[in-house]
Amino acid sequence: MRGLSVRDVWRSVAIALLLVAAILLPIGQKNYIIYVLTSWLIFTIAAMGLNLTLGYAGQISLAQASFMAIGAYVTALLTLAGWHWLAALPPALIISFVVGLILGYPALRVKGHFLAFVTLAFNTLVFLVLRNEDWLTGGTYGLSGMPRPDFGLFSTDKHLPFYYFTLGITVIAALALWGIVRSPWGRAFKALRENPVRAESLGVDTRRVTLLAFAIGSVYGGLAGALITPLVQFIEPGSFGLAHSLRILLMVVVGGAGYFFGPFIGAAVVILLPEVLRFTEGYYLIIYSALVIVMLVFVPSGLIGVWGRLKAKVWPKQQVRTDMAEGAGLQ
Amino acid sequence: MSDPVLSIRNIEKSFGGIRAVRGVSFDVHKGEVLGLIGPNGSGKSTLFNCILGQLAPDAGEVSVNGRSVAGMRASQMNRLGVGRTFQQLSVFPKMSVLDNIILAGQEHHGTMLSRLFGAPDAGLTGEAERMIAFFRLTHLRDELAGSLSYGQQKLVDAAMAFMAGPSLVLLDEPAGGVNLTMLSHFKERLSAYNAEHGTTFVVIEHNMEFVMSLCTRIIVLAEGAVIAEGSPDEIRANQTVIDAYLGG
Amino acid sequence: MSQFLQVFLSGLATGAVYALVAIGFTLVWQAAQTVNFAQGEFVMVPAFFVLIGMHWLGLSFWVALLFGFAVSIVVLGLLFKKLIVEPILPHGGITLIIATMALGILLKESAKEFYGAEAQPFPAMFPGDQIDVFGAAVSLRDLLNLVISLGIVILLTLFLNRTRTGRCMQATAQNPGVAEILGVDVKRMVLYTFLINAALAALASFLITPVYLAKFSNGETLGLIAFIAAIVGGFNQIRGALVGGLLIGVLDNLTATYVTAQYRAALPLVLLIVIILVRPQGIMGTSEGRAV
Repeated sequence: MRGLSVRDVWRSVAIALLLVAAILLPIGQKNYIIYVLTSWLIFTIAAMGLNLTLGYAGQISLAQASFMAIGAYVTALLTLAGWHWLAALPPALIISFVVGLILGYPALRVKGHFLAFVTLAFNTLVFLVLRNEDWLTGGTYGLSGMPRPDFGLFSTDKHLPFYYFTLGITVIAALALWGIVRSPWGRAFKALRENPVRAESLGVDTRRVTLLAFAIGSVYGGLAGALITPLVQFIEPGSFGLAHSLRILLMVVVGGAGYFFGPFIGAAVVILLPEVLRFTEGYYLIIYSALVIVMLVFVPSGLIGVWGRLKAKVWPKQQVRTDMAEGAGLQ
Repeated sequence: MSDPVLSIRNIEKSFGGIRAVRGVSFDVHKGEVLGLIGPNGSGKSTLFNCILGQLAPDAGEVSVNGRSVAGMRASQMNRLGVGRTFQQLSVFPKMSVLDNIILAGQEHHGTMLSRLFGAPDAGLTGEAERMIAFFRLTHLRDELAGSLSYGQQKLVDAAMAFMAGPSLVLLDEPAGGVNLTMLSHFKERLSAYNAEHGTTFVVIEHNMEFVMSLCTRIIVLAEGAVIAEGSPDEIRANQTVIDAYLGG
Repeated sequence: MSQFLQVFLSGLATGAVYALVAIGFTLVWQAAQTVNFAQGEFVMVPAFFVLIGMHWLGLSFWVALLFGFAVSIVVLGLLFKKLIVEPILPHGGITLIIATMALGILLKESAKEFYGAEAQPFPAMFPGDQIDVFGAAVSLRDLLNLVISLGIVILLTLFLNRTRTGRCMQATAQNPGVAEILGVDVKRMVLYTFLINAALAALASFLITPVYLAKFSNGETLGLIAFIAAIVGGFNQIRGALVGGLLIGVLDNLTATYVTAQYRAALPLVLLIVIILVRPQGIMGTSEGRAV
């Protein structure tokens, strides 16, 4: 094994600093700010899952919000029935996993825009079921009054403890994902993205890998949903429509698909930045979507890609490598 | 003689009335380097794809180590001990060379679960580094495979085909597009690997010089049938082969 | 029976407008491998261009209609191709899909911010009188929508098959490499395709907005239905998109009337999923047409 490189040390320091910032940030803030920071963490989890499916494994999905819906509704129904949140979580995740496997099946047959359409249709179907089956889901009125988890000495009823509770879960979810993407599974996901035919010929069971990419990504969606329920304490079908799947997809792309920290940045741009840019009022989404297009024109690899380019200017070794890549492509 | 590694029996394949392969049979034994050549349209690509399971033959059977490969998926063929290279560049461009090579071996190590919870490299770093060193790519170990030159990527592709320790490797036009210096290095490494491990090769290739110097036996196809078979020297002197190529 | 005919005819009328949108979608896909997820917004926006012409520039309705048509062709045809498709296509299909989604948001939010979230009345080109067709009360507007849409499809087909430019466009769509060798100005043909798509979207907008009113969110369902029509019909065939559009229009109306209004939106979606999984080449497409 090699020792820690300078890069690894820098990275560890940066992560430690960010974690400290995440712990200190909400202290002394107004409830609303804490609430926004909490939703940033929750959407980061959802985007992390989609990043696995789209960024690492290369399978487009427009259904992440429907997995948030599954996680949110399962948790809501069970906690309203008196279950503890911790007991409601496993069923929520398992159901998300199974439905995610099912959604993965179309990906075995079709790719690209066809897959985008199938997942888009799936998201809308889930929305229709949530809206129409009011005996279970409360219909358009949704469900409300879900309790926040209480751990005896540590109750999450107030916003600040709930933020720390969410932060803890985000860290665990991120560590688990880190473990997955650097394991042989992660390598197989990337291989599926870059060259599925070659991967299959090297013994990778690409069908199983594709299904897993969807199922694991969906579990993260379900987890995010399970956290939304106690945060908002009111859920309705409208919060999980296609527009929200699109929002999560853009978080992944804006942050940088296939980069581990991309979703944190992407979710920050979508959830936190509008708060900072309050003065733009209704124009925020217009500016944002225009900037996304501009970014896709110039730096399709996302904001982390922008950072990479800036670094390459300062540290020319990276520049040589991209030049070589282009050279090889011309042959 | 021992049982053949690859056995082909009466393969037939037609495309809309055109008989691309007409009842071809041959065996390939352990350690052989078989060249499969023929003019354009001779059916060698069709035959090659039948061997790989990419095309289902209309009749006949392909077996590897005594097992019929009919209906097998590429990943199952690989687990059966068949490695292959591709005509086009087929590396994973945004993964490092080391990761490319480890990927090529990891599915043969442990179970699905042990690959999730075990070592990130599936315990293959050492073996992968030896493979990289064998193809003289050590200085490029941590580069992205997509940033390598064309010839270097061909070497990575070949190294991946060998990583799982296959008994049979199918090389699809390995020489195509590779410059002369790189080509002689490539051929020398392939021969060295064959000598060291006794792996059987089947090579489909247009570059005659490359085939003649790499292969121990050559089969010539024309119009879907075997028209000649023998050592490189015999093939060079065979009038039927010369006619087939010149007559088009 | 007369109710059935009524429902059927009005479904056919909406379906014909869907077909226009689906055909444009298909043409752009064929010529430039562009899956335009903003296609629904492309139908929503032209009506607003007309309203701008009427309310801000003080043009009369028919002049504003021409103005809206021209602006649509420049913005949704020319600028869309030059500013978005051309630079992003080399980055890959998924990147372009995502860019068109962002464009959809941009158009929708712009319409909402600059024209308000409330539905705006939009003048109809024809009176909405009811007329009697074999005992069924059918609105004249529906009937004219159907006739005009079909007329446009016929004109378009004649253009593509009978004129030199049209045939060059088809050659470009089928095999740009060969078309180039044959001396076809491929770039120009691709541009024409984008202009035609914008024109079809604008016409669809003018026909359908009097029914739905001009609202920023109109594109959501329209776009989805056009994709479904295109896929059901075989994605790269004009005939297919036409049949797909009509089919969806009729099925949608029939389900809403006879089966379930609640799940009316689900039927086209289920149809979409089944078609993609069972017959990705569409019900009219050939297997070579399957381009993934």
